[in-house]
Parts: sequence; C-alpha cells; structure tokens
Amino acid sequence: MKKRFSMENLDCANCAAKMEAAISKLDGVHSCTISFMTQKLTLEAEEDRFDEILEKAEAACKRVDRDCRILR
Amino acid sequence: MGALNAKERRMLLRIGAAAVLLVLAWRLPPVGPAFLLYLLPYAVIGWDVLYDAGRNIVRGQVFDENFLMALATIGAFFTGKYAEAVFVMLFYQVGELFQDYAVGKSRRSIAALMDIRPDVANLAGPDGTVTAVDPEDVAVGDTIVVKPGERVPLDGLVLEGRSTLDTAALTGESAPREIQPGDTVLSGCINQRGLLRLRVTKPFSESTVARILDLVENASEKKSRSEQFITRFARYYTPCVVLAALALFAVPSLLLLLPAPPAFLAGTVWSQWLHRALVFLVISCPCALVISVPLSFFGGIGGASRCGILVKGSNYLEALAHADTVVFDKTGTLTRGIFAVTAVHPAQGISEAQLLEYAALTEQWSDHPISQSLRAACPAALDPARVTEVEEIAGHGVTARVDGHTVAVGNSRLMERMGVNALPCELPGTLVHVTVDGFYAGHIVISDLPKDDARAAIASLRTQGVRRIVMLTGDTDAVAAHTAAQLGVDEYRAELLPGDKVEATEALLAEAAGKLAFVGDGINDAPVLSRADVGIAMGAMGADAAIEAADIVLMDDHPSKIAVAISIARRTMTIVRQNIIFALGVKALVLLLGALGYAGMWAAVFADVGVAVIAILNAMRALQVPKQ
Repeated sequence: MKKRFSMENLDCANCAAKMEAAISKLDGVHSCTISFMTQKLTLEAEEDRFDEILEKAEAACKRVDRDCRILR
Repeated sequence: MGALNAKERRMLLRIGAAAVLLVLAWRLPPVGPAFLLYLLPYAVIGWDVLYDAGRNIVRGQVFDENFLMALATIGAFFTGKYAEAVFVMLFYQVGELFQDYAVGKSRRSIAALMDIRPDVANLAGPDGTVTAVDPEDVAVGDTIVVKPGERVPLDGLVLEGRSTLDTAALTGESAPREIQPGDTVLSGCINQRGLLRLRVTKPFSESTVARILDLVENASEKKSRSEQFITRFARYYTPCVVLAALALFAVPSLLLLLPAPPAFLAGTVWSQWLHRALVFLVISCPCALVISVPLSFFGGIGGASRCGILVKGSNYLEALAHADTVVFDKTGTLTRGIFAVTAVHPAQGISEAQLLEYAALTEQWSDHPISQSLRAACPAALDPARVTEVEEIAGHGVTARVDGHTVAVGNSRLMERMGVNALPCELPGTLVHVTVDGFYAGHIVISDLPKDDARAAIASLRTQGVRRIVMLTGDTDAVAAHTAAQLGVDEYRAELLPGDKVEATEALLAEAAGKLAFVGDGINDAPVLSRADVGIAMGAMGADAAIEAADIVLMDDHPSKIAVAISIARRTMTIVRQNIIFALGVKALVLLLGALGYAGMWAAVFADVGVAVIAILNAMRALQVPKQ
C-alpha cells in the first residue's frame, strides 16, 4: 500500500534525507521518499502492518528532529 | 524581508541582542574576566544549538549539525578564541535563518505557480438557486455557474453562455479561447467575460486541475541521479570530515609529545592543531548541497509548469537535458490531426454520396480522426440503427453490416487481408478504401495539415543540438515523405502498426548516444511513451492513457514547446552543476587551507552557511523561464 502524508516542522533538507534513509531501513517498508520541497512523505509498506510501520516511521523522524510530525 | 513567521522573528531578535552584546564585550573596558563577558552573547545566540546537540548525542545522532557546531565553538572557547566562537555561532544562526527564509519563499512562490485549485463551485439547483459548495461535493451531471473573472472549478460542457477563457494557468499561453454552448471547458481556466452555465462531466478528483496538481506534487518522488548522488555523498561526507578533523588534531599532538618531533611540526603547538580541527568541524555539514540540488530541480519543474509543461519527476528533466534523438508521432503531434475529405473516387456502380455514407456509417462509433472526418463530410443524417456487427481491426480498419450489406472500410492492408484489389490514387493523402459485400467500391482521400509551428519546432530542436529527428507514422510512405519534406524532418518510418512503433523506437534507442525522447498523443502511443527514455504527451488533444504513460505532458498541443522544455531542462542542469561544483570547490579549498592553518573559523563558517545561501539563490534562478 502506498500513501502520501504531509509533514510539519520539517526544517532541514539534510534531516529529510536522514529520515528517508532511516525509514527505508524499517522492516516492512518497500520504499520511502521524503520531499523537503513539498514537505511530503510517500510511504509504500506492507498493507496489514501499515499503521504500525507509520508509527515507527514517525518515531524515526522524531529521532532526527524532535519537532517533526507526520500529519494524518 | 517581510512575512517572517513568529519563530523567525524570535530568532532575528536573538541575533540582534547577541550582536549588541558581542560588540559591547569587544569594545568596552573589561569589567570582568573576558571569558564571562563573551559567554553571555554566546548563550543568547547558541543555547538551542547546545541543547539540541546534547539531546541528539543521547539519541546517538553524533554527526548532527548542532553537535558539530557546538563542539567547534566550545572548542574555540577553550583555546581562548572567545570572539571567534561567538561570531561563528552568530553567523551560523544568521545563515540558518536566511536559509529557512529563502527556501520557504521559493517553496511558496513555486506553490503559487500551481495555485490553480478552486476553492468553491457555484452549484445551480433545480429551483434556480445558486449555492457555493466545495468542488469535491459536486457530482457528474450537476449544473454549475461560472461568473466572469472566476476560475472554472470542474471540467464541463457549456450549456449556456458565450465567453472567452484565459487558459494561461494550464497552457502558459495567454491567448484567450472563444467558447460557446456545446464546447468543453477545462477546470483551471479563467472565465473572462460572460456568465457560463456548465454541465459537470468529471468529478473533481478526475478533473484537469486535480490531475495537474497530483502530477506536480508527485514529481518530487522521482529523484534524479544528481539528487541521489548528493544524498549518498552527504551520508559519507560528514563522517569523513569529522574523522579527518580528529586525525588533524590527534596525530600532530601525539607527535609533538615525542622527544624529537618531525620537522614539519616545528614551531607549532597542540592548541593550533586543535583549532584547525575545529575549522574542519564547521565545514562538515553538507547542507548547501543537500538543499540546493533538489531546490534547483523543483524550480525547474515549477518554471516548466508555468509554461504549460508538466514534468513528472526530476529524473525526466535530467534525461531530457541529455536528449539527442527526438522521435515524433506524426498525426496529432506534428500535424493537426484534423482530417478532411479532399476527394471521393467511387468505383463503377456506386455514387460519391453513397460511398461516403457507407464509410461514415461503418465508422460512426470510432473516435479515430479519420472516422470523424468521414462523418463530417457526410451530408445525410446517420441513423445508427442501420449498422450492426461493428468490428474494429486495429491498424487496419472497421467492418460492419450496413443495410444488410457487409461493408469494410480501411487502409490498403485491410484490402490485402481481404484479398481485394485496391486501386491506387494520384493524390497525396490517406486513402480509405471501401468494399461492399466483398467487392471494391472505391476510395476516399483524406488529408491532414501540418501544425503552424511544426516546422519552426523542428528547426529549433536542431539549433538546440538534437542530432536526430525521426517521424513515425501509420500512414503511407507517400504521405509520410510529403509531410517530412514540408517540415524539414530528414528521417521517417511509414506504414507502421502500433506494435511496429515500439520496435522502431527500440531500434532508435539502441542507436542513440544520448537520451531518446518520444512525442505522441494517441492511445496507440502509450506503449512507446513508456518505452522511450522520456515520453512526451501532448495534453490538450491527447488521450488520458497517453498522459498516464508519459513522463512529460504538454498542456497545449504546440510541438514548439518541446524545444522550450529542453532548454528549461538544460538550464536547470547547468544550475545544478554550478551548485555542486561551487559548493564542493569552496569546501575543498577551505578544508585544504584550514589544514595548512591559512583559513580560520571565519572562512569555515562562510564555506558552510555562506555557500548554502549562495547556492540557494542560484537555485532559485531555475524558476525563471528562459526566453525563446
């Protein structure tokens, strides 16, 4: 399943790249892109574990930047 | 500057306060230990950096830029360079603020370009009332009212009213389009004059506006090779520079402990090496690169969309910049795709009018431009009840039963397939042969005209350095040769079936040194569009399937836009290259000078933040559209 989310308080391009790398390594994630320009996260992950994976993705983002949130 | 948000205003205040305190500490007679005097402005400007750094270490984010800045400035404090430490932190924060501002601004200005999303639709009720509703709540078949000056919110068919439409938001061209009842209007256009009543033909999610926005928003998912390179580079750059900094400090310091240090260390002390190592730390953030490359592509895509050129990803912009072969489908791309019957040559025993009527009846369900022209040329009313058993044979023609007769209408290949001897014709154009009950009944000549700007489009592609321009067509060799000569295209492949176009394109792909771009519009093109390095679909007339399969969509159907797209792509790539070379060059230079002790922290903070700012400003140039 592939879904797009807006991100809040994504302040630096390098952080976005780090988040992208971290989320891509999560178990069950097929692909992930974070666009700093459009402040959007595109996540493609296993359908039945999607919510759980999204939680982990947000945690990964917060590790890089504490203010960052995924809007859903 | 204007339009700073609250966070940015607070930062501006802190910068001002810290700057004043720094000047005071520097100019006033010392009223206490210098260390404490400078600590005050340092705390004002840097507390959040220190806080974030500490918190990130706890979480194992060692190469975080906050941590590196904190380490470098604290180090500077310990080596007694108080003013320098405060200044570096101050400049760093100024740069960060400016970066935020510049990126936010360019993001907003690009978003403004794409600001074609309508806020409301005026839904007309059956009782004559008009209510403003969310365009998403309007159903297909509803009637909406568009007042003068308003943006058309949904795709629809004009029921009442005449007006002119400004299509600039969609096509980049401001030439107004006249519309009248019965015409189709696309969402995103602006109604200039009269009141319009429209019947909605598509839900909002499938409307032109929604499709364009979706396409452009998705564009940032497909990253170019340059972007991937930069992201990968950034991942290694920071750890490498930090390790180099460590080595720069540790190795000479340890060697200096030896009873006889090597000659090149003569006259240096360990604190100098520490200072040089700190210079490295300041330069170790890859921000300038990481931000400016995607920003350039984003600007290029934004600028292109302003011209009515929708690019589905920066990778396609990159590929287009390297295009040296452009392959055109003929019909609807280089030619208008509006066919007109120019001659009717019936065989013996059948009249001109009858031949036309049979052909038009047989093809009455087909959307093919040739069928449309047959119907347009037929004066009699076409009764669909007269036609049964319609069968379309792709690339050949159509067969059906008309008034009890078996009628076949199609090209010479259909005649061969049926074993009928078709007569040739001396006129240039497309021949539509007709058989009735298996006997040859004559042919109809249909011609297509080149688009006004087709010849100029080919010429400007050549001046752009496109080496090879090839035209593909399902038409006969004679028609293809005629059109090619008219337009100045030197190569063509004629009499191709849809499958042959894929093969022809694959052969050209194998021969191309650079990238191959294919330009098409019809359903038949979809496989070719996806096979080419860059598939370009003409939007206004083009089929939805082609737009899906394409990488770049031209909102209008002017082939001259391809040259514009290529020049935008090349310009964007130039800016990307400038930024990469400039940022890497300055960083490398300052690293080298820093290691040798010639560059201090002032230079280092410029190489970090200053370069980022310059690269961002350069990237914003990509938004401007080059003049043709």
